[in-house]
Amino acid sequence: MSSIEVLEERCVGCELCIKACLYDAIEMRDGIAVIKDNCTLCGACVEPCKFDAIILRQEKREAVELSDYRGVWVVAEQRAGVLHDVSFELLGKGRELAEELSVELSAVLLGSGVEDLAPQLIARGADRVYVVDEPELEHFLDEPYSNVVAELIGRHSPEIVLTGATSMGRSLIPRVAVQVKTGLTADCTGLAIDDKERLLLQTRPAFGGNIMATIICPDFRPQMATVRHKVMSALDADPSRKGEIVREKMDAVLLESKVEYIEFVKDLTQTINIADADIIVSGGRGLGGPENFHLVEELAEAMGGAVGASRAAVDAGWVPYSHQVGQTGKTVQPKLYIACGISGAVQHLAGMQSSKTIVAINKDPDAPIFHAATYGIVGDLFDVLPALTKSLKAEL
Amino acid sequence: MNVLVLIKQVPDTTDVRIDRETNTLIREGVPSIINPFDTYAIEEGLRLRESAGGGTVTVMSMGPPQVEGALREALALGVDDAILLSDRAFAGSDTWATSYTLAAGIRKRGEFDVVLCGKQAIDGDTAQVGPGVAKLLGIPQVAYVRKLTLDGKRCIAERMMEDGSDVLGVPLPALFTVVKEINEPRLPSLKGKMKAKKAEITVWGVSDLEVDDSEIGLDGSPTRVKTIFAPELRTNGIVFQGEVDETVPLLVKELVPILKTEI
Ligand SMILES: Cc1cc2nc3c(=O)[nH]c(=O)nc-3n(C[C@H](O)[C@H](O)[C@H](O)COP(=O)(O)OP(=O)(O)OC[C@H]3O[C@@H](n4cnc5c(N)ncnc54)[C@H](O)[C@@H]3O)c2cc1C
Ligand SMILES: Cc1cc2nc3c(=O)[nH]c(=O)nc-3n(C[C@H](O)[C@H](O)[C@H](O)COP(=O)(O)OP(=O)(O)OC[C@H]3O[C@@H](n4cnc5c(N)ncnc54)[C@H](O)[C@@H]3O)c2cc1C
Repeated sequence: MSSIEVLEERCVGCELCIKACLYDAIEMRDGIAVIKDNCTLCGACVEPCKFDAIILRQEKREAVELSDYRGVWVVAEQRAGVLHDVSFELLGKGRELAEELSVELSAVLLGSGVEDLAPQLIARGADRVYVVDEPELEHFLDEPYSNVVAELIGRHSPEIVLTGATSMGRSLIPRVAVQVKTGLTADCTGLAIDDKERLLLQTRPAFGGNIMATIICPDFRPQMATVRHKVMSALDADPSRKGEIVREKMDAVLLESKVEYIEFVKDLTQTINIADADIIVSGGRGLGGPENFHLVEELAEAMGGAVGASRAAVDAGWVPYSHQVGQTGKTVQPKLYIACGISGAVQHLAGMQSSKTIVAINKDPDAPIFHAATYGIVGDLFDVLPALTKSLKAEL
Repeated sequence: MNVLVLIKQVPDTTDVRIDRETNTLIREGVPSIINPFDTYAIEEGLRLRESAGGGTVTVMSMGPPQVEGALREALALGVDDAILLSDRAFAGSDTWATSYTLAAGIRKRGEFDVVLCGKQAIDGDTAQVGPGVAKLLGIPQVAYVRKLTLDGKRCIAERMMEDGSDVLGVPLPALFTVVKEINEPRLPSLKGKMKAKKAEITVWGVSDLEVDDSEIGLDGSPTRVKTIFAPELRTNGIVFQGEVDETVPLLVKELVPILKTEI
């Protein structure tokens, strides 16, 4: 059994490990670190110890035959015959990984009457598209979808499988990972190859965005990860790219679903999904009241962006909940995020800190939002916003 | 109607802050709470029991002994009994090993109609345990459920998707993971609190479960945490201070190229 141990002769009682622990699972007894029984063996304390006094012993285990697995896969997502952008973004990243590993990049496409979509996946970087086109796959149902993906993995043994961290991806792919018995890393924001070990380094936020962790899957294949929308960049569509379309047949039992699809109900209150926007201008308590929100809307409009809000603005009833950005609202990752009169609480940052460019407008120079910002203006938003809107309108 | 609710005890991440000097989490004084999404799962379990006109609601958690506190909180809300899966051998479980251990606990507990989970835990944040447990139990699952109604021998579930809801008919037994739109959790009653204090909590370790030693804890976990670090700060951010007619043009000069080339 794996275990963790503090080498008492090396521990100097500096408490660095206590600071590094995510679970409050280390305490000092007589000047020596003691690991408590709520330790999760995550290893966060090992590296921070400057005295090499903490040893995490991991049991050696049988690995699967790693060289039997080759190729990078992207599980494409389509809803009602339309491919989700995240699939193109994953192909963009997948292309990079495949080239680094000198292997092919394949896409997996499931649905009913969807074969026509395959060329789009090739145009965005796939060398091959496995198509499973069956009437039973018309709607997303967990059992047949996960059976089919697991079956394909069994047939072709890819080394990496990427899926969008959408409602569908996050529901479907954990079932697949359990079925094929391998690891799965959620919501990655970074993917890279460690070429010495031929391992996928999967970096993701956890603890509401307060920490980042790099996760590996050394002994099982495929290495599976989900990635959020707008984190990776898609390649421009190149219709002249060549690729192979492979139709795969499935046994009827794999397509069975105990769950019955009844209907789809469109959400009419959410006409725009801010998670899809490339530009977001958000307002917070600093706006002072609903009557001032037009300042935010006008700036957003000048750039063709969407409107977001902090929870303070939503709770005060100034803006509907569907606009809330943050831990209990939406996670967004636009190319440009402008925060107006928002202090930058961790719960707000958790929802927007991976935006490409962040601009903060706040009258308090010590507001934490400035730590997250690429650019900032210290000033009164009632002066700054109208001036900014006017001058951007003139420039664009 | 026998309902099992899986709950996880988590540090209240909304209280976690980062010490920017040392780039480490400040965990001191951060309370442990029931994962917020799991409180909706508990409430939904109680409502299912009520609308079925009887049955039991059991909460189950895998974790260290202090998780007993979270289980007692659930008992105070009107849950019938609580089971803790606790053993040093479970430490270090990733979502695979967590799902495996919980599935073994559920099997030992016996017959059930519904398993409820939160949408995700606010610390690990993966949303993977629910679907994993469902697969290991060989039952259907529906994730992101915003509405659940009993319809004879099955449930009608509304699954929240990006563009609306899928309405699904689900035969039981089945597993559902719930979002916070599903209900408004109740508060504990005084009587409930008294009862919870005295209640007996069942604790099962490795030897009580039918599990393979190589499939549990860190050894049974396909994923490994390689490194943990604080997110990068944009220390090179540029902040303009001064009069509006100076600062705004400086910002516009930076934004225009971004707006023209990147978007
Ligand atoms: C469990 C939990 C979940 C949460 N989830 C979220 C979430 O999803 N999203 C979220 O946003 N918050 C969330 N919060 C709340 C969060 O902690 C903050 O309270 C909230 O983000 C604050 O909103 P704010 O920045 O608009 O308001 P404040 O913190 O009050 O900040 C207002 C800012 O406006 C500035 N200001 C005031 N007047 C002007 C002016 N005239 N010109 C320029 N600047 C001005 C001030 O300097 C200040 O920095 C959550 C909290 C908890 C406990
Ligand atoms: C920084 C960090 C990153 C991690 N990243 C990954 C990763 O990418 N992949 C991975 O496989 N593991 C990962 N882990 C390990 C993972 O956090 C644990 O396996 C954890 O036990 C379950 O995952 P979760 O917290 O994400 O739960 P989720 O899957 O988000 O939880 C969903 C629901 O499952 C139920 N549930 C979850 N855990 C329990 C429990 N212990 N007892 C009862 N019910 C429970 C609850 O109903 C909960 O609402 C990570 C751990 C850390 C510290």
